[in-house]
Amino acid sequence: MHTAMHENSGRFHPVSAPDFLPLPQLRQLQLQRFQTIVRRAYERVELFRKRMDERKLTPDRFQSLDLVGQLPFTVKNDLRDTYPFGLFASPMHEIVRLHASSGTTGKPIVVAYNQDDVDVWSSVMVRSFAACGLHRGDIIQHAYGYGLFTGGLGAHYGAEALGATVIPISGGNTERQIMVMKDFGVTAICCTPSYFIHLIERARELGMDIKSLPLRTGVFGAEPWTESMRQYIQANSNIKAYDIYGLSEIIGPGVAMECLHQCGSHIFEDHFYPEIIDPKTGEVLPDGAEGELVLTTLSKMAMPMIRYRTRDLTTLAAEPCECGRTIRRIKRIGRRSDDMFIIRGVNVFPSQIESALLAVEGTMPHYQIILTRNKGLDEMEVQVEVTPESFSDKIGVMEALQGKIIHGIENILGIRAKISLVEPHSIQRSEGKAKRVIDKRNM
Amino acid sequence: MKLNQLSVFLENKPGRLSHPCQILADAGINILTLSLADTHQFGILRLIVRDWQTARDVLAKAGAVVKVTEVVAVEVADKPGGLAHILETLEQLKVNIEYMYAFTFRSQDKAVLVFRFEDPDTAITMLQGKGVSVIDGVELYNRVEKGA
Repeated sequence: MHTAMHENSGRFHPVSAPDFLPLPQLRQLQLQRFQTIVRRAYERVELFRKRMDERKLTPDRFQSLDLVGQLPFTVKNDLRDTYPFGLFASPMHEIVRLHASSGTTGKPIVVAYNQDDVDVWSSVMVRSFAACGLHRGDIIQHAYGYGLFTGGLGAHYGAEALGATVIPISGGNTERQIMVMKDFGVTAICCTPSYFIHLIERARELGMDIKSLPLRTGVFGAEPWTESMRQYIQANSNIKAYDIYGLSEIIGPGVAMECLHQCGSHIFEDHFYPEIIDPKTGEVLPDGAEGELVLTTLSKMAMPMIRYRTRDLTTLAAEPCECGRTIRRIKRIGRRSDDMFIIRGVNVFPSQIESALLAVEGTMPHYQIILTRNKGLDEMEVQVEVTPESFSDKIGVMEALQGKIIHGIENILGIRAKISLVEPHSIQRSEGKAKRVIDKRNM
Repeated sequence: MKLNQLSVFLENKPGRLSHPCQILADAGINILTLSLADTHQFGILRLIVRDWQTARDVLAKAGAVVKVTEVVAVEVADKPGGLAHILETLEQLKVNIEYMYAFTFRSQDKAVLVFRFEDPDTAITMLQGKGVSVIDGVELYNRVEKGA
């Protein structure tokens, strides 16, 4: 048994055991599950069978994990094209739950779970909470939206299975969130990082200091965020902020989670097989190289997903973590390959704008990027909310702030953006995912 | 001898000025004087009210960004050259004015100006040394009420 686990054994929930599997055993388990899932997908899902037949691949040939890369990718459009139930591998009477994505573009995507899938989902959520030190006795304010969105029920059942006390407050109603946080003695919160920043700000406006509460842990996800946001949250709330990763197409939250060392999210590899590919060529890249994360579900019965392209850009770290977990880590996902926009020939990720904003002292990451085209020339406007820290009664100071932001962005991107200082709360807050870019260029 | 001035950030859009004014009106707070500084994109509303703590709290609660700054109220003769005289005095003292505006009321033949200095305490001492009348909050509010 791994020594680190031994030393800390009292701190780990028994369900976390697979996090610490010796690698040969883990790979063997992955291979067995992979073979079962490829066979299931081939036999039960028309799309997978058709694509494997086209490539003359049969389930029998997959005798090694090295062969995973021979299988075709699955992309989000495949879920849309087969809407609603086309990728299900179980008959409806075995399916106990359906969820659907927010569907910002066209039809939503639908995902299905049988009872085993729901149990696996709970177990990876228990492992997620346990990884950041939560346990029985914690009072968890669960502020992800309940409903079709997987964040709600997924984290809820996991928190209950952990033995913690769950407050199913769901998203929204910020003042009630703050009241509950204080009156119920909440020790941990789950929500999007940008919503938590909003809670900190609102509490401050109401004259309450979040630092005075017993709250000590934040489980943040459902949108890309940056290390600077983590530092801001930790400095302004006395909590440790942990990154949780997941997506509905794979299972929901609980695909990967940070441990106490906050050095990337451990991916629950016994259920989700990760690969990193070059997003342009589709070629599989070695551990440590940056590329697009591709996931294969190893145990999902109702809706197996083979080599699903997440569009999230990251790297896989295989080096041992101080916590003793043997499962690999993905680096924090700050950008998605489809978040990127191109302006005047330059590839821009919103996270680059964010780091420029954060570098300017006193500027909080509430911003929105608006792209317009004026007489054939693309223009980028960044709307930035004024905060009590950045506000001055002197016009000159405010103009200097604008200038510093313009300069900061120009330094990073080589593009001059228009900076508009806007009133607090005038940019729509995310209780789900933040809309960072509004493209009005009609391309 | 100093007054607490509230500053509120506004976007330069129709209707933005009325919002904070309405919040203060709803809270029963009378604005003694105000000044608006603006660029083409944003503005800063500066206000003097008697109960500045309450005004600050209701504005913040309504989501506005509010800053409290200390300013100095100075009495000048309400006649041609009154303003020029005080500006000349400040120039001699080498005290830099960040910005200034006037009170709308007058008492007898005096007008009252509001000055924002980088270092209000030093400015007050120097002005008083030159015989300039600096008015404190209590005196000011009394005059406003008499004038009204």
